[in-house]
Amino acid sequence: MSQFFQQLVNGLTLGSLYALIAVGYTVVYGIVQLINFAHGEVFMIGAFGALSVYLLFFDGQTGVWILPLMIIGAMLCSVGVAVLMERFAYRPLRNAPRLAPLITAIGVSVFLQEFVRLFYDKIPTFPSAKQNIPFPQIDVVTGKALEVGGVTIQRAAIFTVAALIVCAALLWYFVNRTKSGRAMLAVSQDPDTSRLMGINVDRIIVVAFVLGAVLAAVAGISQGLQNANIDFRMGFIAGLKAFTAAVLGGIGNIQGAVVGGLVLGIAESMAIQYIPGQFGGSSWKDVWAFVILILVLVFRPQGLLGARVVDRA
Amino acid sequence: MRQRSVMRVGATLMVASLALTACGSRNSGGSSGGGSSNKVAKIGVIAPLSGNLSALGLGIQNSVKLAIDQANKNNTIPGWTLELDAKDDEAKPDTGKNAATALASDKEVIGVVGTLNSSVSQSVQPVLASAKIVQVSPANTNPSLTQGANWQTSPARTYPTYFRTCTTDAVQGPFAARYLFEKVGIKSVATVHDKKAYGQGLVGTFSDEFKRLGGTITSAQTINPDESNYQAVISKVKPSNPQAIYYGGEYPNAGPLSQQMKAAGLNVPLMGGDGIYDPKYISLGGKTSEGDLATSVGAPVETLESAKKFISDYNAAGFKDPYAAYGGYSYDAATAIIDALKVSLKDAKDAESARQATIDALGKVSFDGVTGKVGFDQYGDSTAKVLTVYKVQGGKWVAVNTEDFAKK
Repeated sequence: MSQFFQQLVNGLTLGSLYALIAVGYTVVYGIVQLINFAHGEVFMIGAFGALSVYLLFFDGQTGVWILPLMIIGAMLCSVGVAVLMERFAYRPLRNAPRLAPLITAIGVSVFLQEFVRLFYDKIPTFPSAKQNIPFPQIDVVTGKALEVGGVTIQRAAIFTVAALIVCAALLWYFVNRTKSGRAMLAVSQDPDTSRLMGINVDRIIVVAFVLGAVLAAVAGISQGLQNANIDFRMGFIAGLKAFTAAVLGGIGNIQGAVVGGLVLGIAESMAIQYIPGQFGGSSWKDVWAFVILILVLVFRPQGLLGARVVDRA
Repeated sequence: MRQRSVMRVGATLMVASLALTACGSRNSGGSSGGGSSNKVAKIGVIAPLSGNLSALGLGIQNSVKLAIDQANKNNTIPGWTLELDAKDDEAKPDTGKNAATALASDKEVIGVVGTLNSSVSQSVQPVLASAKIVQVSPANTNPSLTQGANWQTSPARTYPTYFRTCTTDAVQGPFAARYLFEKVGIKSVATVHDKKAYGQGLVGTFSDEFKRLGGTITSAQTINPDESNYQAVISKVKPSNPQAIYYGGEYPNAGPLSQQMKAAGLNVPLMGGDGIYDPKYISLGGKTSEGDLATSVGAPVETLESAKKFISDYNAAGFKDPYAAYGGYSYDAATAIIDALKVSLKDAKDAESARQATIDALGKVSFDGVTGKVGFDQYGDSTAKVLTVYKVQGGKWVAVNTEDFAKK
């Protein structure tokens, strides 16, 4: 039984990471109906931003007080990239056919990956991003795992799950209780009428990108702490999984993204543990995760919680 | 409805982007100058010059360059100038195949040193063999490359053009098994591999020998080399209480695996093959990698009398990257080709017509190289079967046991 809880913990950790990234896909989709495939790269840039702050100012130290500064650095980098991306890659295509921004998103994704790969070590004293880079290990959030009744819980896992809870609570407050948040809801329902009501739609779209980037930055640090290394391709697989999570939960629906992420993470862990023989193990975990996605989409095309966005015809 | 069509387009594009990221090759050529009156023969290198394994690949490229430069300087082959043509395989079989095709279509290419990965060699071998270009690998350890898929029961040479200067997993896996069982006294081991030709082969030969000795394999798992979170696999292995983990694969995955399994409270040593024997393993594995083990082919280069000159020459040549795990073997591989060229190019009018003669000559090569005696048996395997166990001590790989492996 402790094995079950162990994999549940693993799944929740992995799922929290997916959920943090998936929110970015879903928020942007809800507002502009764009699947921002470059969002995985925003996550990657967040991890590199945190690493940069560490290398520039705190190299060799391990105090936990560094962590907030790393988070701020990660957020600044992610938000900066996301805002630039929106301004120069997506806004000019606002009224273009939907395929155009989608292809642009893939272009931006490849551009950002290669940019980091080629130019990260051009900054003096920075390591080359062509290989995995060890991520700094910070006191309290990394180190010896905790044992709770036969279940091993990594400190980084606690950080990840806690980060998701805090982010989700703040996000809920922002969307439902603030002016900008309600403006976001309004724009997602009907951008034209919102504009007539005096809402600055362009500003709200930027806010959506910023929100996604902030959460992706936190996810970037979480993954760095968990895996103890980062590389320029980390956004690709994570982005793919997070996009899957967003679709699983119902794209455009923020709660759906969180639920979808957690379900996907737990499905992967359980598949490793409980599917025996040739079709089990970690080689098949993605297969089972996607089987679940397909089943959900067949029987519930709107996703687990339903796409809440009103489709503009 | 619109929404669903966007999803469908999205899925298609996602697949397209997956395919696209696998494309694109980066070449980094290097050439050494030469006299204008001399005829030119090229020695190719196929190795990962970018990406995670580039530390090993660049060591191979530089060591071959060193051997070629020295041969040109000493005028080892009168009337001929040797040139290096290095191609990046990104550690991927398809990119490696493209590199091999490019080299095979160049009439001046007469030999190739490479590859690093056994899986890449599988797709490079047939291309070079059909062009009759010799290939000498400094690092491929999968036994089937020389002795065919049924190497355990009925070995048969696969390609007459393929040779290697390192020993194989048929020796390396059992060597590790005996070390753990007999020297350390470990009786239960869990295995993990990355599903690539190298990792799977290594774990296979290790497990066979370990079970034959009387040990138990408590759990056999695999990981996906594209991922970097192995928590779920570690949780699956942990309850079987192994005394050690044997990993088949390379350091970009092995380092984080070691770090994560120890953070998860599985405090047993991780042991691997030559693929994890690299300083990068320790930097990725962190402090807790202390006590981890690796086997690697040959005796440690630094301790060999014969290697002193190579090391000082390499350092004097001012390469940016270290010679890494396979430098000595690459230098020997290039020297073996150059040795064969002495015979085959003597009366040849161009490089292409001398290719068959080079194959014949290479099989008979025998000399004292950087890593010891260099020679090839009837399958193209190295005749030397010396291996060394290394241990992480004080943040460095330290040799703990060097032995000549005699098949029992």
